[in-house]
Amino acid sequence: MNALVFRLTLPILFGYLPLGMAFGVLFTTQLNYAWWAAPLMGVVIYAGAGQILAVSLLAASAGLLEVFIAMFVLNARHLFYGLSLLGQFRKAGWKKLYLIFGLTDETYSLLTSRTRSQDTLHELDVDFRITAFNQVYWVIGCTLGALLGRNVAFDSTGIEFALVALFIVLTIEQLKALGDAFPVWAGAAAAGVAMMFLPPAHQLIGAIAIVTAVLLLQYRSLRAKSNAEGRSHV
Amino acid sequence: MSDTSYLVAFIAVAAAATFATRIIPFLFFERHTEHPLVKHLGRFLPAAVMALLATVFLQRSGNWAAVVPGLDAILAGALVVGIHLWHRNALLSIAAGTAAYMLISQTGVFEVALVS
Repeated sequence: MNALVFRLTLPILFGYLPLGMAFGVLFTTQLNYAWWAAPLMGVVIYAGAGQILAVSLLAASAGLLEVFIAMFVLNARHLFYGLSLLGQFRKAGWKKLYLIFGLTDETYSLLTSRTRSQDTLHELDVDFRITAFNQVYWVIGCTLGALLGRNVAFDSTGIEFALVALFIVLTIEQLKALGDAFPVWAGAAAAGVAMMFLPPAHQLIGAIAIVTAVLLLQYRSLRAKSNAEGRSHV
Repeated sequence: MSDTSYLVAFIAVAAAATFATRIIPFLFFERHTEHPLVKHLGRFLPAAVMALLATVFLQRSGNWAAVVPGLDAILAGALVVGIHLWHRNALLSIAAGTAAYMLISQTGVFEVALVS
């Protein structure tokens, strides 16, 4: 099973190693804290953009309330991810807390896009391993970056495009599985609107809020339609 | 507060804030798993989120000051779409697109075009 999980998470390895290293390098070069705090943050916080923001908050010796608010706002898009996984995680038992803890953009993408068999417990075990593998890649990246600091020699410029490519592939897969292009166009359009009107730090949450509102409206109109049809049949 | 205790408190607070964003839906909506609205969002939200993540990060990986703005990202992105529709092998599409993007950004081919 681990071979299958490794294959599924390989694109994330290509994305998380360089991004984790970027965070580690930033951490050791910008701050005067011990190097091991970087991997520690990868273990207990585990958020890409969040940890990079954390470096600037640490550099500014930000107040703890400010830290809480900044991290919460930056990661607020995760509030919407759980909604798609309520049923899926239900029978996960002790694994559930870790599945929720490890719900990054990339893990969410894999867990909601892959094909699943009827064997729920087996699939939850695969979900759990995917989550754990991804976090291991991230922590390795953070560690390498923090230890190597400025001495990173390998020119991996551009390798983080693997995550963009992953999102593109998963969009196509979602489109094929759903057989309905509306959510895809709505998502892309919401991203366009958010990018035009919001600063980069708020674009993701803005786009997710917009597209959730669109899906709510779609739900209401679908219900109104089915109610009207229901009445006309009576 | 000493440096180390500030760092420890900082990491604890940052971890708590991040975890809160991930667990809140499970705390407040678990009972409504079967509600048709929650099911509707559960069914369509992943596709919408995937499309918006792809759009936002594709835009961010583009060099919009190049001769043809954003060509590096658009070309690599189009390659991913094309190869994926052709072979439908996720790893192949991702590897090809990433290799193309790395080649473009490391060689700077699109910037050279302006000089020659």
